[in-house]
Amino acid sequence: MEVISVSVDSHFVHKMWNDHELVKMVDGGIPFHMAADQAGNVGRAFGVWDESQGIELRGRFIIDPDGVVQGMEVLTPPVGRKMAETIRQVKAFQTVRASKGAEATPAGWEPGQPTLKPGPHLVGKVWEVWNPKMEK
Amino acid sequence: MADQPQGCARVTSSVSGTPEPVQNIEQASIEKKEVSMGVKVGQKAPDFTAPAYYKGAFTTVKLSDFLGKWVLVCFYPGDFTFV
Repeated sequence: MEVISVSVDSHFVHKMWNDHELVKMVDGGIPFHMAADQAGNVGRAFGVWDESQGIELRGRFIIDPDGVVQGMEVLTPPVGRKMAETIRQVKAFQTVRASKGAEATPAGWEPGQPTLKPGPHLVGKVWEVWNPKMEK
Repeated sequence: MADQPQGCARVTSSVSGTPEPVQNIEQASIEKKEVSMGVKVGQKAPDFTAPAYYKGAFTTVKLSDFLGKWVLVCFYPGDFTFV
């Protein structure tokens, strides 16, 4: 999986932030591409550009190998994301894709747990294979 | 992605299929209203190219270079902004 972070800061500022602060949080520094979007063009295209503040909202997009957006989440600035939930969603989308759409993952599903195989046999029978208590 | 020479001109990002900037300001504001922005799940992500910092080097990152892989694109308000 590739990660691209995007903000309105220049790539020069990204370097300074990485070298002076982030490297103290992450061994070896940031391992992914830190993109500069000073004019807000990319943020505008993704719908996360905030005109009044001149910044980009905390948007996160899961894009599949065909370039299709499978998931998105947008938060206002003061609240940070939870990476574990993003990874869970990516694993769920990968599982669905590997099944060529034959399987689906129920709410709260984690890798290793049973998936759902939608079809006539499953109508009204989901309770037999999944319930909220199975959520970890 | 090779390290690229850095000029003093301000390089910026671009989105594929974006029309050239319109010189006439009045015309530009009209154009802006007509362009629908934002993405929807189940639809193609807009392709983009942007200058980037990656593992000690200044590079250019292009979303479509990663076709065939899962990609996370994460926006945030700004460097050094706490969260």
